[in-house]
Amino acid sequence: MSRKLPPLIRWLPFLLLLASFACHAHKPSDSYLRLKLDGARVTGQWDIALRDLEQAIGLDADGDGDITWGELRARHADISAFAMARLKLAGDGQACPLQVSGHEVDRHSDGAYTVLRFSGTCDSAPAALDIGYSLFFDIDAQHKGLLSLEYRGRVQSIVFTPEQARQHFELGELTAMRQFLSYGREGVWHIWIGYDHILFLLSLLLPAVLMRERRRWLPVARFGDAFWDVFKVVTSFTVAHSITLSLAALGVISLPSRLVESAIAASVVLAALNNLVPVVGGRRWVVAFAFGLIHGFGFASVLAELGLPRNALLLALVGFNLGVEAGQLAVVAAFLPLAYFLRASGFYRRVVLVGGSTAIVAIAMVWLLERALNMKLISA
Amino acid sequence: MRRLIPLIFTLSLCSAWAAPYTPAADTEVLERLPFKASAAEGQELRRLRRAFAEQPQDLERALALARRYFDLASAEGDPRYVGYAEAIIRPWSVAAEPPVEILIMRALIRQYRHEFDAALADLAVAAEREPGNIEAWTWRSAILLVQADYAGARAACDKLAALASTLLTSACNTSVDGMSGKSRQAYAELSRALAERPDASADLKLWIQTRLAEMALRQGKDALAEKHFKAGLALGVTDGFILAAYADFLLDRDRPDEVVPMLKDWERSDILLLRLTFAEHAGKQPSARGHIAMMKERFAASALRGDKLHQQQEARFHLYLLGDVPGALRLAEENYRTQREPIDARILLEAALAARDWRAAQPALEWLRASGYEDPLFARLAVRLNGLAR
Repeated sequence: MSRKLPPLIRWLPFLLLLASFACHAHKPSDSYLRLKLDGARVTGQWDIALRDLEQAIGLDADGDGDITWGELRARHADISAFAMARLKLAGDGQACPLQVSGHEVDRHSDGAYTVLRFSGTCDSAPAALDIGYSLFFDIDAQHKGLLSLEYRGRVQSIVFTPEQARQHFELGELTAMRQFLSYGREGVWHIWIGYDHILFLLSLLLPAVLMRERRRWLPVARFGDAFWDVFKVVTSFTVAHSITLSLAALGVISLPSRLVESAIAASVVLAALNNLVPVVGGRRWVVAFAFGLIHGFGFASVLAELGLPRNALLLALVGFNLGVEAGQLAVVAAFLPLAYFLRASGFYRRVVLVGGSTAIVAIAMVWLLERALNMKLISA
Repeated sequence: MRRLIPLIFTLSLCSAWAAPYTPAADTEVLERLPFKASAAEGQELRRLRRAFAEQPQDLERALALARRYFDLASAEGDPRYVGYAEAIIRPWSVAAEPPVEILIMRALIRQYRHEFDAALADLAVAAEREPGNIEAWTWRSAILLVQADYAGARAACDKLAALASTLLTSACNTSVDGMSGKSRQAYAELSRALAERPDASADLKLWIQTRLAEMALRQGKDALAEKHFKAGLALGVTDGFILAAYADFLLDRDRPDEVVPMLKDWERSDILLLRLTFAEHAGKQPSARGHIAMMKERFAASALRGDKLHQQQEARFHLYLLGDVPGALRLAEENYRTQREPIDARILLEAALAARDWRAAQPALEWLRASGYEDPLFARLAVRLNGLAR
């Protein structure tokens, strides 16, 4: 339905009053921008209407009134350059460069949109974020950029308009306590999904409810003995990995991650082997301490991915560390009573201790090979 | 399965965050533009755009392109063009003393966005600087009519009498009369004006037929009104307004089965989709459900951008399709604060009646008393509402 209006219409606004009635047949121009901030890392999705891109840079190459996927695909590079030049992100005043990683297509209520996926990294996890948006503002005064910003589990919706093209977000408005807790949660989570740390700890804990006499395993007589043994192992592991985690997080020491990851796998192999062919008897806490130093570097790499807030470095570090401890304690709390209850049974000694340790050795050997040789055998 | 995914999402259409997909073939058509670049409109637009691009500081060229975009917005019902027009005049519009032509263009854009007071202020400055400007007075009258300020609208028509043709003055005057208790005289005058101008364009005839139908309705002459609706539709001009008005006429008279075939290809227009959905709902057709979902998504999309242009439609949607009386009344009340055409008053009366809230209906009842607006349908609503007060 395209019709040319006669010049008379200019003198007949009454005719155009139907416009005030009919003006909602379509939607004004919007783009939909989603940003997710995860520490220093930014990922995003930007849905931009093909109608608007046609007006700005032209997509309908053959002028037939239809925009095909082929026509759109041919302009992907131009679209990336055009759009990304109109979106500026800065964390604590430092620009966070963004890179387009993919193009797709989506439909919204008013037609087809190109979908840009992009990502980038800020210098460090920002306490404040500045976003400058200027897409289409030069050609369409009614255009709006609808942003949904997600950070630390919160989602905020913001509208960019030509009058409000820059927005400032205080991400640090999170209270110190909340920040502390959020890093603590991350610590717990990374113990929980870090199987290598859990298996290392279990390998050292399995013999805690037993004692070795004349080359045989016997159950300990009192719960206190088992508890004391576990306490020594866990404490020394904790002290050791706290030291290296802090040093690495503060940038004092850094080790290549492949070396660290391989050493962690080796530590699991050795700790479990020690249960099959005991070499270190009652001094497993020494082993826990020595290898704990290695595991600390592993935690540090997780923390590096999360990014540490500049304004609350120490708080976040302590929070993360305590989270890791809490996760460990949960493992111990689940393990110790059960193991103590089963300690006198043959099942515990043969199946749990010997069988379990053998399985751990096997799994950790695979990790060791994978990490040392940089190949994929199973997914850990 | 992979191939099915985009298909499924194409079918589910317009969700605000549907799942993105990668089309299977280069030939897949993603978007149909309003018209081809090769068509007459496309060529005309390209010529204006090129002229403007060569000398973007040239006021004449900027106005020609902005005007073209504004006309397109009205013809296509596509608000994107209004945004383009506004961006083009911005360099002049932000100046301390914009030229008269820019003031008028800005007023047009502002009234389109329902910023009526700002539009009137622009027109006032334009008329002060150039008292003989016909457009300033016609637009002033038209906007005051929407605000139900009939005395003000009449005063603007009087200014026109000395400046414009009899036809234009007559159109201005009968528009005011038709709203304020003089439908019979307005009908007679407008019929006469139409008879005297058999050479008038189809667009103008269509507008007059629609107005005549409305004036007949206000006098309670249903058959006469339908005759004018049909005469207007027979002109063969595509026009959403007459379709909406005729659809409302049929829906009010329990004839939904005639609405569905008339509007089935008009999903893309919000105002017509609303009527189509009403008709399907009334006729208990299964397609109503899909259309209700579609409308919900459109309202959600405009809420996301903070638009409040749709409140009258949204109120009707809430009242009759969602059965949400409090929501409908809230929307109708808020809408009536800026928009005071009869249709805005009607939804307020209906929502207030459904909520049995006589007080909420007061602004519309007050307008009905003061204006002398004659439509018997409104009179019945008022009687029932006033019955609540007792």
